[in-house]
Amino acid sequence: MNPVKRSVVTTTLVISLGSWFFWWGTDGFTAFTAETARRVEILHSPRPLPAVMLEDQDGNKFSLQDYEGRLLAVDFIYTSCTTLCQSMGMIFKQIRDLIPKESLGRDFALISISFDPDHDDTASLKKYGQAYGADGKIWRIARVPDKAELKSLLDAFGIVVIPDEFGGYEHNTALHLVGRDGRLRLITDIDKAAPFAEQVVSLL
Amino acid sequence: MSNPALSRNVKYGLGLGILYLLLGTPMARDWLEATMSRHMLVQMPLLVILGIIACRLLPVHWQNAVLAGVGGSVPCVVVALFASSYWMLPRALDAALTDPLAEVGKFLSLPLLVGFPLVLAWRRLTLIGRGFVWTNFISMLAVLGWLYIVAPVRVCNSYLVNDQEHAGWYMVIGSILLFVWWLATLFIGSGVGPNKPGGNGSGTTLA
Repeated sequence: MNPVKRSVVTTTLVISLGSWFFWWGTDGFTAFTAETARRVEILHSPRPLPAVMLEDQDGNKFSLQDYEGRLLAVDFIYTSCTTLCQSMGMIFKQIRDLIPKESLGRDFALISISFDPDHDDTASLKKYGQAYGADGKIWRIARVPDKAELKSLLDAFGIVVIPDEFGGYEHNTALHLVGRDGRLRLITDIDKAAPFAEQVVSLL
Repeated sequence: MSNPALSRNVKYGLGLGILYLLLGTPMARDWLEATMSRHMLVQMPLLVILGIIACRLLPVHWQNAVLAGVGGSVPCVVVALFASSYWMLPRALDAALTDPLAEVGKFLSLPLLVGFPLVLAWRRLTLIGRGFVWTNFISMLAVLGWLYIVAPVRVCNSYLVNDQEHAGWYMVIGSILLFVWWLATLFIGSGVGPNKPGGNGSGTTLA
C-alpha cells in the first residue's frame, strides 16, 4: 500500500471509530452530562430500587416497596438547606395540588427523602413538612437512618451529594417518579412540575 | 548498555514510569480529582505530557517506523483530537470519578492516544499543520471555558457549581496566554517554522 492510500485508510478508520465512540459515549449525541445520561437510561430501562428502611416525620418505619401498586413521586432534600430544597418543597406542594383529590394517597403519594440523617431527625423533618403542608400520609418527609442503606438508595437513584463550603450540600436535584412496579421510571427537571403532574395523571 | 544515549533514555523512562504510577496512586488521584480545575487542568495535561515525553524517549527510527505503519501524521492528529475532545465532556469527567473502568481508560488514553500520536505527527507537520493543532486546541479550550462560566446548570454531578466556574475562568485565561505565546513564537526566535524531516528533524520544538 502506498503511503497516501495508507493514510486515507487509517484516517477513515480513526474517524469512524472515533465517531462511533462519541455516539456510544453520549447515547447517540443526546447525553453530554452524567445527569442527562441518568435520565435517558431510566427512560429506556426503569430501575429497581433497594429495600431500605425509611423513617418519616412521625417516626413511622416503612420502605419504598410498601408503595408498590401506587405511583410515587420522590425528591431528595436536607432540611437545613436554604436554597433549592426550599423551592423543592414548593414544587412538591404544587405537584400534589395538580393531582385529582380522589387519587391522592390511594393511587399516588409523595416522599421527600433527606440525605443528611446526621442533622435531620424526625423533629426537623416534621418542621420541614409543616412548612409545606406535608401531612405524613399523602406526602411523607423521611430519612434513612442507616448510612450504608442511604448510600445504596442514593446510588440507585443516581444522586450525588457533595458538601459545599458553607456547611451545606450540592446535589443533583430532580423530580423522580417511581412506577406501580416499584421501579424508577422518570426523572425530570424541577422546573417541570406541571408536565410531571400531567405524566402522573395520565398514568392514574 | 554500551550506548550512553540509550541507557540515559532507559533511566528517564524508568523515572517517567514511576511518575505515572505515582499519579495513579489513590492519594494523588483523590487530591488531583478533588476539584474540577485540578482534574481537567493539572491531572489530564500531566498524563498527556507523560505520553509526550515517553514517546520522545523512543529511538527515532522506532518513531519513524510507527508513523509509517499508521499512515503518517494525519491519522495521528485525528486520533489525538478525538481522544482529547472526549475527555472534555462533563460526562466523561463524572464517569472517571464513579466508574473505575473509565478511570483506567483515562489513564491509558490520554498518554497513548493524545501525547504519543502528537509527538509522532509533530515531526512531519508543516507550520500550517502545527498551527491547525494549536489554534484548534486553543479555541476548544476557550469555548469550553466560556461554556463552563455561563452554563446555567451544573454540568458535573461530582463538582460544585463555583468549582465549574473557576475551571472555566482558568481555561479562558489559559487559552489567551497560550495564544499569545504561540503567536509570539511565530515572530520571535526559534519558532520560525518546524524542523523539516530530513533536516535536524528531532521534532522537539513546540510551535
